[in-house]
Amino acid sequence: MSVTTAADGIKEVVPPLSDADVEALKAGDRVRISGVLYTGRDAAHARFLPLIENDKPLPFDVKGQIIYYTGPSPARPGMVIGSVGPTTGSRMDKYAPGLLALGLKGMMGKGSRSREVREALQKYKGIYFGAVGGAGAVLSQFVKKVEIIAYEDLGTEAIRRLEVEGFPAIVVNDCHGGDLYEDGMKQYAR
Amino acid sequence: MREIHVSAISDAVKKLCMEANYDLEPDMLRAFDRALTSERSPAGRQVLEMLKDNAQLARTRLIPYCQDTGFVVCFVELGQDAHITGGLLDDAINEGVRQGYTEGYLRASIVKSPFDRKNTGDNTPAVIHVDVVPGPQVKIMVMAKGGGCENRSKYKMLTPADGLEGVKDWIIECVKTAGPDACPPLIVGAGVGGTFEKAAILSKKALFREIGSPNPDPAIDAIEKEVLERANRLGIGPQGYGGDTTAFAIHIVTYPCHITSLPVAVTIECHAHRHKEVTL
Repeated sequence: MSVTTAADGIKEVVPPLSDADVEALKAGDRVRISGVLYTGRDAAHARFLPLIENDKPLPFDVKGQIIYYTGPSPARPGMVIGSVGPTTGSRMDKYAPGLLALGLKGMMGKGSRSREVREALQKYKGIYFGAVGGAGAVLSQFVKKVEIIAYEDLGTEAIRRLEVEGFPAIVVNDCHGGDLYEDGMKQYAR
Repeated sequence: MREIHVSAISDAVKKLCMEANYDLEPDMLRAFDRALTSERSPAGRQVLEMLKDNAQLARTRLIPYCQDTGFVVCFVELGQDAHITGGLLDDAINEGVRQGYTEGYLRASIVKSPFDRKNTGDNTPAVIHVDVVPGPQVKIMVMAKGGGCENRSKYKMLTPADGLEGVKDWIIECVKTAGPDACPPLIVGAGVGGTFEKAAILSKKALFREIGSPNPDPAIDAIEKEVLERANRLGIGPQGYGGDTTAFAIHIVTYPCHITSLPVAVTIECHAHRHKEVTL
């Protein structure tokens, strides 16, 4: 199992994830992710699309992996990475179902996803994690290693392989139809 | 006529861009603390605590508060007794942005054309608004405007019959549709009146007022407080995880308008509310 519950109640997530791992996660669960995250946002996803449509390989095998929607700021000398918070997930809605069909298990960003993406999470067993937007300085502290693995010409939008330790996030959309944003709003609306 | 050399403008803009991205203004830090006294949602409280840590880390380690270090929006109040020497004002501002973003390890987030989408590499150009004012001084106000929240800004041409209630409802509608996407708790700037472009510019400039300060017009202040209260009853909460703190402030600026019109522009700003100003 790559999803276990720690003594403090937070779920430890270590990709690659299986269907059973995904099923163990529920909307609202706090998680700590350790291991590998792949970064990708608008420009990288736009390059994925023709590859998927033509059955060509992607720059990395997405099976079981998590894509983190982020474009980090440049690292200062001596630092691993700059600020590295999430960007808005909905801009990748167009591409997400195709990637989930290829075996991608997780996406991490901020903000609501479309009905199509939420349905694809149920169909293909996937998770949408939320990281705290605008907390890029704090989140940079959980990144231990960075390597650009594709599309270096895209600058901040290049695909990076991050090694993270205890990266904090929350489950926004699970594979059972749960939605933290809907539940949270209902609970606190007055 | 007082002379101000362009190098002084560039130096000032460079410094403002860097400071805005590392050093959140004290009014925002006070807003986090105020929200923590009333926020009921545990997830919301965790977010607010993380944002306080984030501000502290950004300031002490010089790591940008947010990786989206923004589009530089620059409001200049140019005294009509000041004379800019040595070059053009816009060029001087852009030179400051270039130096600030390059030397400050800030992200280049601007593409040259909305169609070919090639990054300019140094976060230039800025969006520059100049007002000519009395006196010999030049006031430069810089905002590093995040893209995620800007994408949720909206405009509506209401009718005079829609009236004040229509304006309030529209601002609430904008907060609701911004939802979790725009990184709440939000700052909301509303420009009401004028023409299409005037309302939009006012909605941006409205963001510069100190968070938590009253509107100088008591009647508008009451409207702002009522709309803020309504926004915070929506339940969206910090990061949209549910809670009582959906917005920190609603700032409304008005301008005279045509007998047929009631334009309302709403700029949505995230909690990464990065702005600085200086008077030369």
